[in-house]
Amino acid sequence: MPARPESLAQLFLAFTRLALQGFGGVLAVAQRELVERLGWLSKEEFVETLAIAQVLPGPNVVNLSMMIGDRFFGLRGAVVALAGMLVAPAAVVLALAAIYGELARHPVAVDALRGMGAVAAGLIVATGIKLLPALKASPLGRPLALGLALLAFVAIGLLRWPLINVLVVLGGGGMALAWWRLKR
Amino acid sequence: MTTPVDLFALFLHFLTLSLLAIGGGITTVPEMHRYLVDRTGWLTDTSFTASIALAQAAPGPNILFVAVLGYNIAGLRGAAASMAGMMLPSSVLTLTATRWARNNREHVSLRAFSAGMMPLTLGLVIATGWLLALPFLKADEHRWGTLALMATTVLLVLKTRLGLVWMVLAGGVLGALGLV
Repeated sequence: MPARPESLAQLFLAFTRLALQGFGGVLAVAQRELVERLGWLSKEEFVETLAIAQVLPGPNVVNLSMMIGDRFFGLRGAVVALAGMLVAPAAVVLALAAIYGELARHPVAVDALRGMGAVAAGLIVATGIKLLPALKASPLGRPLALGLALLAFVAIGLLRWPLINVLVVLGGGGMALAWWRLKR
Repeated sequence: MTTPVDLFALFLHFLTLSLLAIGGGITTVPEMHRYLVDRTGWLTDTSFTASIALAQAAPGPNILFVAVLGYNIAGLRGAAASMAGMMLPSSVLTLTATRWARNNREHVSLRAFSAGMMPLTLGLVIATGWLLALPFLKADEHRWGTLALMATTVLLVLKTRLGLVWMVLAGGVLGALGLV
């Protein structure tokens, strides 16, 4: 029996807690907290939800939080999860914006930010690698699914294709193949 | 050059961008730059870039760069107007689409959709990490330090259960000491 949040307050705090840990992006922490620590979603459910969040407009992790809140508590859950994700971090970031002029004059602060940025980038790469086993159950078959993931990385990361082209070409191709296999 | 700040126009600008932000808010940055810097002159080039860098480094979803842009234009009211515009349309659409998808989840076309999209999603996640590191990797004096720090981070995440915040803080310390 998978775990679930017991109350709206718990939902709010869980999202506030993970958002405040997310330096340079929340995705890595969201995976660690929601899948590994709280167990509210399996690895497969997490990737599936993220896949939907990604094709919809809007920030992916914020969409993800609303989808999870909605799943457990309906509309109230979606609003509470969204608030948990945004309220406390907004207060922090606006406070930083207010003192930014001061901060930017210190080269040490700039160097520290660069170090944090490199780690944040590493965290995101690691999260992607960690979630790859979720492709095991794919109706495409594992080799083909992994191949598509690799192609998507090359197209976006190295060739710098616009996202919409990648979604249409690789996403459309993958969907057509999956549809064909599921029909048989 | 500079037109007077108009909160409602600010709200409307982000409202129209919201549904175009497929793949996250960062994809609409060029359009925001065109409007807020080039057309209205509400922000300078430097403060535009600094707003985004600050939100990326701070804890929380990166979309908060929209709040920082609004704040630097018109204070707290500007932050509220721009965030509300950015979040409203996409949130309503996300909820509607999610509910529809949940009610039809056994349908073959939806199963094909998620099977086709899942590999893409993971490829995109890894590419995002790569692209975030790219500006550091392009600077000769930071290239190897950044790569080493990224590789260490990936290993630590895959092999240990060390808290992610500690890794980020350690990165900050290493950076401040001039080692990255």
